[in-house]
Amino acid sequence: MNQFETTIKPELYNNGLPVCEITNRWYENYKMINYGAIITFVGVVRDEGGIDGLSFDIYEPILNSWFDAWQKKAKEKNAIVLIAHSKGDVLNHQTSYIAAVCSPKRRVALELIDEFVEDFKANAPIWKYDIIDGNRIYAQDRSTKIEGAGILS
Amino acid sequence: MVTIEFLGPIGKAPLVLDIKNLNELSEILKEDSDLAEWLQNSAVAVNDVLIKDKNIVLKSGDKVSLLPPVCGG
Repeated sequence: MNQFETTIKPELYNNGLPVCEITNRWYENYKMINYGAIITFVGVVRDEGGIDGLSFDIYEPILNSWFDAWQKKAKEKNAIVLIAHSKGDVLNHQTSYIAAVCSPKRRVALELIDEFVEDFKANAPIWKYDIIDGNRIYAQDRSTKIEGAGILS
Repeated sequence: MVTIEFLGPIGKAPLVLDIKNLNELSEILKEDSDLAEWLQNSAVAVNDVLIKDKNIVLKSGDKVSLLPPVCGG
């Protein structure tokens, strides 16, 4: 591993993400270590359903272990994964989520970004709330049970 | 003693319980009607490791976390 890979962790920010700073920094860092394909996915909060924005809770210990497992998986394909996510409130049209894959080859990057983003939605320990009229309402209908849920019932 | 924490939208203060396994925890939490739905849809982590099997022995100092359905991004 090189100096960047050994220290990669999820980047968490309060409120909306500074998208240009993050994506430019990733690009400047990783282009210099010979990754030929860098794909970023930027998740923007949409104005829909009468919301003023979204809000997020994150449980960091398990997010970190989820991310480390993904880094190991990417490494097997000579790739790396990157992630940035918001905590707290993110208003409409701001960005709450950035994921990236850097790989020597495009095919690996294209396939991994799909799987990485989908697995993040399904398994990363993050809880989403709609902000409506100043209230924080859990987005239960859009949430997914983590594998193994229900063992205490 | 074992600490029980309820993450995200469950919105319940942590508990500290004298329990030996997850079956005991399950019986105690089932007595709280506010938790009924959460018990059905929440995953469980012991010391920050997600588990799929309730047959786990707990020791004093352990932390059990309940993780309700997630939606990042």
